[in-house]
Formats: sequence, structure tokens, C-alpha cells
Amino acid sequence: MKLAIKLAFKNLIGAGLRTWLNVIVLSFSFVFIIAARGILVGWDRQAKNDMTDWEIGEGQYWNVNYDPYDAFTLNDAHGPIPDEFQAEIDEGTMVPVLITQGTLFNEGRMQSILIKGINPEQTLLELPTHKLDTLVDAIPAIIGSNMAGTNKLQLGDYVTIRWRDKNGTFDATDICITDIFTTNVPTVDAAQVWIPLKNLQSMTLMSGEATILTFGDKEKVREETENWKLMTLKALVSDIEEMIKTKSVGQAIFYIILLVLALLAIFDTQVLSIFRRQKEIGTYVALGYTRNQVVGLFTIEGAMHAIFAAFVGAIYGIPLLAWLASKGITLGVSSADFGIAIADTMYPAYSGALVIGTTLIVLLATTIVSYWPSRKIARMNPTEALRGKLQ
Amino acid sequence: MEDNLIIKTHNLTKRFPMGKSEFTALKGIDISLGTGEFAGLIGPSGSGKTTLLNIVGSLDTPTEGEVIVLDQSIGNLTAKGAAKLRKEKIGFIFQSYNLLAVYTVFENVEFPLLLLKYSANERKKMVMDALEWVGLLDKIKQKPPQLSGGECQRVAIARAMVKNPDLVVADEPTANLDAANSHNVLQTMAKLNEEMKTTFLFATHDEKVIGYLKRKIYLKDGKVDKDETL
Repeated sequence: MKLAIKLAFKNLIGAGLRTWLNVIVLSFSFVFIIAARGILVGWDRQAKNDMTDWEIGEGQYWNVNYDPYDAFTLNDAHGPIPDEFQAEIDEGTMVPVLITQGTLFNEGRMQSILIKGINPEQTLLELPTHKLDTLVDAIPAIIGSNMAGTNKLQLGDYVTIRWRDKNGTFDATDICITDIFTTNVPTVDAAQVWIPLKNLQSMTLMSGEATILTFGDKEKVREETENWKLMTLKALVSDIEEMIKTKSVGQAIFYIILLVLALLAIFDTQVLSIFRRQKEIGTYVALGYTRNQVVGLFTIEGAMHAIFAAFVGAIYGIPLLAWLASKGITLGVSSADFGIAIADTMYPAYSGALVIGTTLIVLLATTIVSYWPSRKIARMNPTEALRGKLQ
Repeated sequence: MEDNLIIKTHNLTKRFPMGKSEFTALKGIDISLGTGEFAGLIGPSGSGKTTLLNIVGSLDTPTEGEVIVLDQSIGNLTAKGAAKLRKEKIGFIFQSYNLLAVYTVFENVEFPLLLLKYSANERKKMVMDALEWVGLLDKIKQKPPQLSGGECQRVAIARAMVKNPDLVVADEPTANLDAANSHNVLQTMAKLNEEMKTTFLFATHDEKVIGYLKRKIYLKDGKVDKDETL
């Protein structure tokens, strides 16, 4: 094996330009796959971080009736905040949020919204809720930039919102936009208005009640609480994981095409080698190799393209990928278009597992396409091969 | 080894498929070669000399009959066994040299020793000795495309001889060489045969080679026509 590797190395180096062309094409596959996977890993990481910072903390308790995908459940999705959580709320490590359906009226437009009540003093989430402490002659409200853009709202604007209290009675009041925040998390922005929790509790006659309780300490052991179900971080980010899985499949098609092109070049080289190097094959046999050992030698030679490609890819790939990771990639799409958290500028993240995994996949694929044509050697007649006669 | 016999064939027959029929290249060959012989299979094209040489060199197998080379029955050898025999005990010299083009002269000669797992120091000494025998010590770093035909064949001789084999088979070794180079190469082989008692078996129809042979086995239509020992 050691000798075969040494010989394969010498043969590849000796083949000159033909080797390096294959290696360069294959190295593109390496770098592209790692870059593309890195973008998805980076997106996944950024999205989860943003969601943790802006919306879900380290986990949540949901009122048992709450279903974020069914607005009708909001009528019943509220309940008194359990006493056992009060200490955490007082410490600021748990944030209650009350959610109700509403309608926003602005310059003749009517927009269905979610009105969310949150404690202005909370610091667990990135939401600039301290702006809800602003003294204005209406209920202070903060909204996201996407919501502001869609409804042409600006800082200081007064608009009317309408809601129903827990008895089903409609009521309306004015709110004043005291802050417009920018976030990558559309689920705290699109069609949502944040107002102080006390105001919303009072408006809906749901004093001391909430829909969601977001906590910041996932290690803390809490007793099971009636009417509240625990939503772990894993469960809360499952949507983004599903989305990234879908994107991975789409992206895989591109790099499979690139890899197939590179592997085709290697396959072609192997087929050509076996025709062109018949005398050499015969010579190896005459010098004491079995035909299967020659198959092994040619397979190693082909597979070694992948190892060379890994090194060549590293030469230009490491600086390129490091630069991409530091500068990021601006995709020109907003999170609202995707419906899930996505940053304007995505910073790819590369892990050792990603690099090693990609290397192993490319090495395995290259070995297979190298072995495939090399099997022909095992059926060759060495005496014909020695004369260079095509078989 | 029985009575110093290197090669013994009995009723050796070789047939090749040819379309729906068969072509018989060797028809009941009976020959024996002892240690240190410098013999040649002589005959025109199609007489069966290369086929016989290939079988003796364990690159091919007989269809019928028995071939014993260095105490091994060629017909009964496995692919591994045949490879081991070639690797350890047989050296080959070909008409078109069959050197490995991407390797230097040194590396080409070193190749059989790598297969035999000699240490680096041993390899170096043995390769230098072999290159000294053929007078190519000044070319060790060159590659075959940079050498003349005569030099290439001398490298091939060094490669065949470096492991000190019991038998060297040479198929038309001077066919691609001019007269001066042919004599040079043949003198080198004759000297090695003389000094190292290595058995040489040639396949040739070249008069220059025939002039150096101590034993001439003439083949005609796959049969031994004449067997002369000087």
C-alpha cells in the first residue's frame, strides 16, 4: 500500500498538466461545497441566535390553547401567570407576553395585526421595550421596520387600533409609535404592534394573564404547570431547521452537478490512462505486480486527485472562505420575504466536521470513479499489454 | 533445483482462440535449460518464440503439457504465485525497453527492489552496482525520454539484473537498436552471464544476437526444429 501510494504520487506528478487540470476542477468542488454548506450553517447559527435574542429566549411556556399558526386560538390562548414563575419574572429571567388579535387603522387602511403586550422593563429579549416607557398622550407602541414600511408608519405617528376584550366586546384606542426597531426575525415584526403588558391586560380585561412566558435559564428545573406547556429551544427552532434542510437539498443539486463534472474529468482521465498506459501496466505485471495490484495502483492514483485537490483548494480556499466569513455575503433579500429569520448579511460558518466530511465525500466519490474503469485492468492479458496492444 | 535445471518443458502446447477456431502457437515443445546458459529461441515471426518466452516468464500459461521454471509448475501457479516468481527470480528485457517514463534512471532500476522491500541503503548500493555494470552511472538523474535507445536498453538490463535473478528473459532486445548499440548491449549481457552465472533466454531473429548465443534453439511453426549448443 505504502509503495502503491508512493508510485501513484510519482505517476501523478509525472503526468503534469493533465493531473493539475483535474485537480483544479476538483478543488472548485471542494471549495464550493464547503462555502455553500458554510453559508447554510452560518444562516442556521445566525437565525437561531437572532430568534433566541429577539423572540424565544432559551425556551418558552405556551398556554395550552396557543397555536401560532391559528389566530382563532388567540381568543382562548391566555391564562393567569402561575405563581411559581413570579420569582423569575421579578428577577427579569422570565418575560410574559400577552397576545390578542386586533386591527390597525391608518390613513384609511385597515390591517389585521397581533397586539402583543410585554413588560417595558424586560431586558431578556432584544426588543427595545424601554421605549414603551415613553410619555405620550396615547398608548406607547413599538413596531418593526417591516411593519412600519408596510403601513407607512413613522416614529411619532398616532394610529388607531381596535381589539376585542375577553368578553368579545370591541373597543378602540390610539397608539403612538415610540420606536421602530430593525430585526431579522419576522415573527416579532410583520403585522405586530408591541405595547406595555399592563395596558393590554387592562384593554382585554385579562389582568395578570399571558399567552407566552419566555425564559432565559434553560437549566432551571421547573415543575409541570397546569395549562402551560413547555416549548424547548429545539422545538422552537424546528421551523428554521426544516427550512434550512429544504434549502440544503436545493443547494446540494448545484454542488452535485459541479462534483459530477469534476469526477467525469477524472473518470475520463482514468479511461484514457488505461488505454494509453497498457505497456506500463504490462511492465508492472512483468516486474512482479498482480493485475489486481495494478488495479489498486490506478485506483489510488485516481483517488489521489482528491487529496491533491484538497491541498490546492486549501491554498486559495482558506483565504477566500476566511474573507467571506469576515465580510459576510449580502443576499439582497429581507427576512420578510422568507418568513423566517435571515440576516441581510450572512456570515458563513465552517466547522471541522464540515471540512472533514466534505473531504471524505469527495475522496470516496473520486475513489469510486477511479476504481470503476480500473477494473478493466484485471481482465487484461499482460502479454498483450506489454506490446501496447489495445484490449 | 533438480540437476541445476532452470527451465524444463514437456509437451508444451499453446493454443489461442482465433474467431471460432483456434491457432496453435506451440506444438509439444520439450526443452531444458540449466543454470548459467546463454540461450536463444530463434525463428521467424509467428514461430512461437515470444509465446514460449512469455510462458517461461510466467506471464502466460500453457494450454497443455508441463512447464517447470525454477521448480515451479507454471500451469499450476496462482496469479499471486506467478507474480511472486517474476518479482523474485525472473528479470525481463523487452524490445521497446518498457521503462517507466516518469521515473529517473535510478528509480527505474530501483523499482524491482522496492517491490522486494529492500531498505533504502541496500537499494542505493544495489542500483549503483547495476548501473555501474551497464556503464550508466552518469545518467542516474535522467529520465528515459532523455536517453538514446541503447542507453534505455542498458537501463532495462540494469533493471532486470539489479535483483540478481536466476533467469533473465529478453524478447528481441536489439530490435530497436543500431549495430553499435546492439553489440554494446549484448556484450553487457554476455559479461553479466559470465560473471554472475545468470541464465539468459532470448527470443530473436537478429543475426547479431545469434552470434553471441552459446545455445541456439530454432523454432519453426511452433516446434523445435534444431537445438545447437556451442
